[in-house]
Amino acid sequence: MKLKALFIAILIIASCKHVDQETVEIKEDENKKLNLIVNSSNVKLEVYNFKAFEKFLNLKDDKVYVINFWATWCAPCVKELPYFEKLNELYNDKNVEVILVSLDFPHLYDSKLKPFIKERKLISKVIALDDVDMNTWIPKVDDKWSGSIPATIIYRNDNKKFFERSFTYEELELEVMRFIN
Amino acid sequence: MKKSIQLVLGALIVFFVSSFVETDTLLGKGYKIGDVAEDFTLKNVDGKMVSLAGYKDAKGFIVVFTCNTCPYAVMYEDRIIALNKKYASKGYPVIAIMPNNINVKPGDNMQAMKKRAEDKGFDFPYLMDEGQNVYPKFGATKTPHVYILKKTNKGNVVKYIGAIDDNYKDASAVKTKYVEHAVDALLVGREVKQKETKAIGCSIKV
Repeated sequence: MKLKALFIAILIIASCKHVDQETVEIKEDENKKLNLIVNSSNVKLEVYNFKAFEKFLNLKDDKVYVINFWATWCAPCVKELPYFEKLNELYNDKNVEVILVSLDFPHLYDSKLKPFIKERKLISKVIALDDVDMNTWIPKVDDKWSGSIPATIIYRNDNKKFFERSFTYEELELEVMRFIN
Repeated sequence: MKKSIQLVLGALIVFFVSSFVETDTLLGKGYKIGDVAEDFTLKNVDGKMVSLAGYKDAKGFIVVFTCNTCPYAVMYEDRIIALNKKYASKGYPVIAIMPNNINVKPGDNMQAMKKRAEDKGFDFPYLMDEGQNVYPKFGATKTPHVYILKKTNKGNVVKYIGAIDDNYKDASAVKTKYVEHAVDALLVGREVKQKETKAIGCSIKV
């Protein structure tokens, strides 16, 4: 009987420890990535600080990545979004991936950004970059970038091109073609 | 065969020319640190024409390209007002210039600028870059975009280009006040340590 109690006690302690470890792991993970998923109005939004975001600029899996920096308040950005969507639609099966990086203000994620994503039925991957220390991270995206948006990076492995400008669909397609061929 | 070679050659030429044009437009034009900024004469919200030469007692200028319609510029309005309050009396007044094409951004037209200046109580000139000839000379690309000029015998020398500080979201959480540090250094005759900084802003509408 005593043995049984001891056994149960050990089990409880062991399981507690296990739970503890798990929470610690999750916390560490959060600290490392600072990648929280906000979930409201059915739109999930991944929010990154620059350190966590940087991986999207350095994927070396032979895909052509088209990374567009935009915001709902930026009229020329909103104007060219359909071109990125079209590109994503037509070139998705040709090893091209579009990632739309929103620089919207965090306090407007729920009231502006998510409803926008929903209304426009954006298919491309949309993530949010929230990092106030711009002077540190802007040059890491590209040292030529003065900081105005829209801005776009097209890259494949180590081959990269940066654009601080707006695109028409034809211009965008042409640039992507150069990476495919 | 000949035709196909011609085609390939043609395509190559198009490729090189277009990539050249692109880099050309992308490369940073306008003033660099140490350049002498040309004076300008632009219309203020009070209807008067303003030029840097009119500031006889100034030691320099905090030139801010800003506008009504860019959320980043709006977030910095109070800080721009504070800069002028702090530094105009010390010889470094704020000169705000609205660089956007008002046909693209009607919210930045003179009437809207006047209203904004009145509502916020701008005590510095808020000038319209009519014809959009001034901002390209500076090489401004976005709002807000700051150029600090120091008056010298050679003219108004560019001493700092970039952001106001390192936290657009929260003025109280700012760690480094880039513009203040630069002007403080100039006021005591020291070199500006951080001469250029980057920040996200709204592209200037052409």
